[in-house]
Formats: sequence, structure tokens, C-alpha cells
Amino acid sequence: MAENVNNPYDINGQYFNSDMYFQKLLKECTLKQIMDHESEIIKNTQTLHSDMQTLVYENYNKFISATDTIRKMKADFKEMEDSMDLLAKNMDSITSFSEQISSTLHGTRQQIAKLSSVHTLLKKLQFLFKLPGNLKDRMNEENYEQAVKDYVHAQRVLNQYSNMPSFQGIQRDCEDILEELKSKLRLQFHKRDTSIKALAENVEFLLQLKEPADSLCIEFLTHTEGRLTEQLEILKNMCENDIIEFMDMASSGFLSNLCLIVASYNDMFINRLLKDNDLVDDFEIKAENHLNKFIVSNMKKYFDIVSKRVEDVSDTALLVRVLDRFHHKLQAMKICKEKNFAKIGTDIVVNAGRKQCRNHLHNLKQHLSETLVKVRQTLATKLTQNSDGNLTELQAMLIIPIIEKVKGVLQDLLEAAQNLLNHYVRIQGLAVSQMLRKSVETRDWLHTIEPRTVRAVMKRVVEDVTAIDSQVAALYDDNDGQIDRSSDSSRKTHSISVSKHHYRSNWSSYTPSHIDSSLVSNIHKLFSERIEIFSSVQFNKASILTGIIKISLKTFLECVRLRTFSKYGLQQIQVDTHYLQLYLWGFVSDENVVHFLLDEILGSAVHRCLEPVLMEPSVVDIICERG
Amino acid sequence: MENDNPVIYGLEFQTRALSAQTAETDVVRFLIGTQSLNFNNNQIHLVELNEETGNLKTQVFQHSLGEIWSLQASPTEPDIFITCYNHLSEEGICQMKGAIWKFPEIKEYTNDILQLDKLADIDTAPYGTDLKTIAYHPTDCKKIVSVVDNNFVLWDLANKEPQVVVSGTLASKGQPRFTNGKWNPHNGANQFVTLNENNVRGWDFRSPTDAAWSILSAHSQIIRDLDFNANRQYFLSTCGDDGYMKFWDIRLPTEPILSRMEHSHWVWNIRINRFHDQLVLTSSSDSRVILYSIASISSEPFGHMVSTEDEFAFQNDESCGKKKLEDGLVGRYEEHEDSVYAVEWSSADPWTFASLSYDGRLVLNKVPRKYKYQILL
Repeated sequence: MAENVNNPYDINGQYFNSDMYFQKLLKECTLKQIMDHESEIIKNTQTLHSDMQTLVYENYNKFISATDTIRKMKADFKEMEDSMDLLAKNMDSITSFSEQISSTLHGTRQQIAKLSSVHTLLKKLQFLFKLPGNLKDRMNEENYEQAVKDYVHAQRVLNQYSNMPSFQGIQRDCEDILEELKSKLRLQFHKRDTSIKALAENVEFLLQLKEPADSLCIEFLTHTEGRLTEQLEILKNMCENDIIEFMDMASSGFLSNLCLIVASYNDMFINRLLKDNDLVDDFEIKAENHLNKFIVSNMKKYFDIVSKRVEDVSDTALLVRVLDRFHHKLQAMKICKEKNFAKIGTDIVVNAGRKQCRNHLHNLKQHLSETLVKVRQTLATKLTQNSDGNLTELQAMLIIPIIEKVKGVLQDLLEAAQNLLNHYVRIQGLAVSQMLRKSVETRDWLHTIEPRTVRAVMKRVVEDVTAIDSQVAALYDDNDGQIDRSSDSSRKTHSISVSKHHYRSNWSSYTPSHIDSSLVSNIHKLFSERIEIFSSVQFNKASILTGIIKISLKTFLECVRLRTFSKYGLQQIQVDTHYLQLYLWGFVSDENVVHFLLDEILGSAVHRCLEPVLMEPSVVDIICERG
Repeated sequence: MENDNPVIYGLEFQTRALSAQTAETDVVRFLIGTQSLNFNNNQIHLVELNEETGNLKTQVFQHSLGEIWSLQASPTEPDIFITCYNHLSEEGICQMKGAIWKFPEIKEYTNDILQLDKLADIDTAPYGTDLKTIAYHPTDCKKIVSVVDNNFVLWDLANKEPQVVVSGTLASKGQPRFTNGKWNPHNGANQFVTLNENNVRGWDFRSPTDAAWSILSAHSQIIRDLDFNANRQYFLSTCGDDGYMKFWDIRLPTEPILSRMEHSHWVWNIRINRFHDQLVLTSSSDSRVILYSIASISSEPFGHMVSTEDEFAFQNDESCGKKKLEDGLVGRYEEHEDSVYAVEWSSADPWTFASLSYDGRLVLNKVPRKYKYQILL
């Protein structure tokens, strides 16, 4: 390459030697070529020349402007230097001035700080001196809240400086005024027409003024009790009015007031003392005792009045509505931790119901005897006319109205009973389903271990259902729906032995590779009837329990469908459903319902499983029997 | 289509998610999402009803990321929708995720399974694990709200990546969790309404720290769904596990205006018709769909004709005063054999609705003609 670079024959190179090039051309080329070459070189030279010229022209302007700029910069810089000098000078003078100012102000600053602190102190003192007057003004304005606030604010300071004579005076004044305030508050306390809310407020103030809480709470209770008795009196007087109105008045007036009292009592005496512990420990217990006694006595009075009022109501529908309201209100109230008023309330409701039945019975009897008398009279008159053909007519006259009457009453009662029973089933079903729902929702089904036992929830479910069963058995015999199941123990063995032959879930034999999973359940669905979940039940034990179990299992099903299961999660469900199968089928009238629902649950769990492998049925049997 | 017979379409997977193609107002179209734990098999089905012949045309798309729990179509763009899906990660952990999808252009319905374009992921992981739903703003397709655990988060989709605008949290005892949520279409759609346990809460995005209003203990058990009356401010409906559907005026949160129980199990879904808001649909796990006519909460005036619908009116219209329809059942639809978890009105035809049961059966029904004429005439 170096040769090439130093090549003297390269016309564009650095070491070009025109003579040698020329010689070379003369030697190597023909005349024609030389001529051509010459014209080419001339042409090239000319283009280069013109190129150079344009370049120079083009850049000429730029050169000129560059020179201009440089010249201008020179002048500007000179100017700038001047300004910079000026700036530095100014800065110097500013610094000196500021130093001067700060040095002159140094002394006064401390003075100002001192003055302002004195000012605040004076302000505080002024507040103290004015306090008695202020308190008086406030009292006259009946703005007790502000008065109490001011006093509490100043109290600490007063206590601290109480050895100084001037402060002593103020303190004494304040205390006097406060005594007055307290007495005024108490007076208001005693006034009959103050509302409970105002009462509570007053007590609050007194408490803030460090009155003994012990006596205050007793006083509070006695006064509120007075108010409540007044309301009870009103209620008593209202007894003649419409019963619905009465009940509304009772719940909105008496009960809500009682709730208000209890709530404010709790706020004032019980909860507050947890915050500041300067009171005796057992006060809380004492206060609570007072409260409980108070509630119990008042509720007792209330119950007395209510039970008296509901005794004589003729219209069943109206009575039911009133009792329903009464019960709802009581249930919503959770004022007392120990006493269960709902139970007393229920007793009243039950008693009223009984009374109602007795009334109906009484009416019927009366009606019967009246008709009998009438018949006898007619007979007596007819006998004289001596015509025996009228006997059947008389009989009809005797029987038909009675039947009508009985029918009417029974219809009435039957409807109420049906509603009651349906509601019972819904409530019990809900209780069991809540348990099942929580158990499915809270568990992490993806990371669960291989099932060894039945989950405790399932045992609870079976226990609960058994408890419900015995509860219902007190009302309905079991022999009107089912085969005999005399004692608990025999039932259990019976059910296990039967179920082993009877029940083999569709899913027990299922292996994912063999059967299309949905096919089985779909075929099953085709041949089974639609199951109504919240349906009306009949008056026998099996039907009631079927209702409850249906609701529970359907909840189980819906919850399972909302989760995702691992292999072991699925197997746990398999174990659980098998366990339920073993124990629940005996309670129901149609065990296919239980089969079907449990199959659906297991089927849904299979669908919702990432790796659907079921357990050996024999293992499931063993686990369930061990549980 | 002149007969009122139901049209049934069966899918081979379990299904929960159903949405009308909201932005499409000419053709009756619904979207269905499947739930299969064989995650790669999940699909989106686009179902179109030919109103002349009553035939269905369908197109299946692949949704291989996971099983779909919730599906919502964009309010303005027909080919865009959002899914919430359960995704199985490589470590074997199930996770709820959200994503925005776009249909490829379809000229012809085919039997092939087509691929979807994923426009964006909506990463709700910072707000919790339990993504319940992602709801589109009623009119603005750039705004969505996701409901996660006890948070609701407003996202802006105007840029390429979804961005969080506002989020709100329900903080109270016992770790509350939202179960569902919906926009309030009124008042400039500044409010979002959430459900948890048996409470309804309304939140304003302009001050999302506290609930703007609430209906506490609206039902005796869990509330499953709610819907607003699109034509009447303040009116909303709820339904829940106690089997009731209730209508509320949110200015009066203590008492429902109306409550009814017709189903014999939990009510999972409630939808008020957007055009004729006396028509209300509910679906339940007693495998029924019930259509009601609740004229007492409707925005339509009684006693005189709606002048804009004169094309249906008789010639001697001044004599035919419109009688107020009684509140009551219009129909029970019993074509399903499993729990019905979703029901939707069509966005194109006010008289058509679809219901979807867990066993993968989609049923398209129409309001009976008798009631249709009663409402129109």
C-alpha cells in the first residue's frame, strides 16, 4: 500500500510528479490516447477551477460574518467587564449594610422576644383574672359547654400556683362559681321536662368537673328512670288505642329512649374510664351492675305492659303483625350483655299466640252452644206442630255454620303456622349454610394436604342437623313420613350399613380418562326433577329437615363452584360429601335429593379441580367411619 | 323474527361471563367467556342473532391465558372488550388478572378458532389478589374501574399503558372485600358503586377517601349484583342471596322502595332494560330467569302517549289513554338446567335478552309480544 501512496504517477496523490507522469504517458500510450488524455485533463482542470471559485464565493460571506461577530464580541466583553466590576462593588456594599443592620438590631431582638413572651404570659394571666367573670357570663348565657371547657383549661395552672395569694383568690372565686354551675346543672337534672339527650350532656359536664362518677351514675339512672316511667304511663294510658299505634309508640318512644340511655351511659361511665385510669378499678363493674339492674327493671315493666296489651286482640292478622314488629325491635336491641330479653319477648309472643288460640276455641264453643239453644228452641216449637221431616233440616242448620266457623279459624291458623314453619326452615338452613360457606371460602384449597379426616365443619353440620331433628321431633312425630328409626344409635348403624349397598356416587367410579365428566351429571339431570330450594314445607319432620338440608347443600354447591381446587382439595371435598351422605340421608323424606345434591357438589369440585384425581372409594369409607 | 320461541346455543365448557356487545346497535350480538381449568382451552364466543330467521351465527376466539370470570364489552368500540381471568402461573399459583382485547377483523363467520390481539394488561397486583371485575365507564371507553379486594381503582387508557388515576379503599373491621362494582351513569358518571357483604356504597372519584353514600344491610345476606335505572336518577336495584330483588332511591337509604321475592334460591344478576326501564330481568341459581314489569319505578310517564313513538300509535290516539301497567311477573323462563349466573339485555334490540347458565347454555329470549304492545301502545 505504501508504494501506492508514494506513487508519483497518481494524479490525485501527494507525491505526484508531473514530469515523470508525462514521460510515462509518452512512453506507454498512442498519440490518440495522449490527445484524449490531454483534453480530459484540461476538462478536469477547468471543473476543479470553477469548483474552487464557487467554494470561495460561498464561504466568503461566512468569513465576513465570523469576523464581524468576533469584533462585536470584543466590544461587548469590555462592556460586560465594567458591569461585573460594578456588581462586585454593589455586593460589597450590601454585605456591609446587612452587617451593620444586624449588629444594630442585635440588642433589640432579645428584647422583642422577651416582650412577646411577657405578652403571652400576660394574656394567660388576663384569662385567669377574667375567668370568674367569664364563667359567670357563660352561665348566664347558659353556655355551659364553653364554661366547663374554660375551667378545665385553667384548672391545672390554678392548682400549680395555688400557694400564691392572688391566685388563691381567683381559684376561690372560680370554685364558688363552679359550685353554682354544678348546682345549676343538677337543678336542670331534676327538671322533669329535660330530654334524655340533655341529661346525658349535663352528666358529661359534671363528670368533666371531676364530680364523683359513682354517685353521678346512680343519679343519672334514677332520673332517666323517672322519664321512662312517665313514658310507660303514657303507654299504659294508650292501651285503648289502636294496637299498631301502641306498638309504634312503644318501640319508637320507650325502647329507643332506653337504647339512647344505655348508649350514653356506656360512653360516659364505662368506656371512658378505660381511658383515664385515675378511678377505682371496681367502679366499672359497679357501674355495669347498676346499669344492668336498671335495664332489667325497666324492661320488666315494659314487658308487663306489652303482655297485658296483646292479650285481648281479636284480629289474628293484626296481632301477628304487631308481634312481629315487637320481636324484630327486641332482636335489633343489644343493650345488655347478660340478660336475654329476646327470650322473654318470645315468651310473650308465644303466650299471646296461645291466648289467641284459646280465644278462638272459646268463640267456637260459645257459637256451638248458641246454635244448640236455637235448635232446641226450634225443636220445642216444631214439636208442637209434630212434623218429623224437618229433623234433617235442623241438623243441617246445626252443623253447617259450625263447620264454616271452624274452617275459617283453621284457615287462619294454618296460614300463620305455614309461614312460621317456612321461616324456621329458612333460618336454620341459613345457619348451617353460613357455617359451610365460611368453611369453603376461608380455606386455601390449592395448598391443602392429603385428607386424613373429615373436616370438623362437616361434623358440626351433622351435629346441628341432629339437634334440629330432635327439636322438631318434639313437635312432630317421625312416623308419619318415614320408616321407623327408634333410637339414635340404631339409626347410625343402620344408615351406614344401608348406605354401603345403596349409595355409590357417580363420581366415585369416575376416572378422568374414561368418562366425559359432564356427561354423567347431564344424564342424571335429565332424569331428575328440578329441586326447589326455598320451597314451602309440609307439617312433618322429614319435610322440615329436607328443607333445611336442601338449603345447606345448595349453598355448599354454589360456594364450591367459586373456588379452585388442587388434587387434595378435591379429595377433601370427596371425603366430606361422603361423610354427609352417610349421616344426612336418614333425616330426609327422599334421599335421592341428598344424593343428587352431593353428586352435584362433587361434580362441580371435579370441574373446578386442576388435577382431578379422586380417592379410592374404600379409603374414603375408612376415613369416614373413623371420623 | 315473528315467533317468540327461545333460541338456544350450547357451549362445551362451563360459563359465567356474558356481555352484550354494547357498542353495536344494529345487530344483536353477545360475547361469552368460558371457564375451563384446562387453561389453554378457554374461549370467547361471539354470538350473533339473525332477527329475520332466528338463526345464530357464531365465531370462536382463543383466550388461552386462563378461565374467564368477568367480561365487559367497550361502550364505544365494538371490537374491544375486557376480561378478568384466572391465570395459572408456572409455579402453580392461581392469580386473577385483567386484560384488554381486540377482535381481529372478521369478514365471514368461520368454524376456525381465531386469535385475539391483546391490547394491554391491567396490572392490579399492587392493589390485592382478588380481582372481581373491571367495569367500563358508561360512555367513555378510555376509563375503567377495577374492583380488587377492598380497593377500587380508576384507570386511564388514553395512553399506551393503562395508568392509575384515582384509587379508593374501604377500611373497616374484619377485612372487608368488595364483591362487585358498577358505575353510576348519572351526574356525569363521577360515582362508582361497590358491594361488599350486604352493604352498598357509593363513592365519588373527586373525593374517594370516604363513601359518598351507603345503604347498609340492604339485604339480609350477600348482595350479588346491582343495576342502575339508566333513565331515572337515583334509582337502583339490587339482588342477593336472600332471594330478594330490591329497588332503592339512594336519597332514602333506609327503606327499599320495593322488594320482591320470586326465585327459590340466590339471585345472581339483575338488569334493568335501558330503553323501557319497567322491564327488569333477574337470574338465579334455581336455574330460572324471571322477567318483571315494574312500572312503579319506571321513568316512562303514564296516561299519555310518548310523542316520539308515534309510528306505533293508532290513528285515533287522543282517545287511548295509556293505562298504568301493574307491577308483576311477565314471564318465567325455565330453559336452563343449571344455575344461571348471567343475564343481559341486548344493546341493539330492546326486546331481546340472553341468559347464560353454568353448564354452558346460552338462551336468547324475547319479551312476549303482548307486553311489548302494552308498553308501546
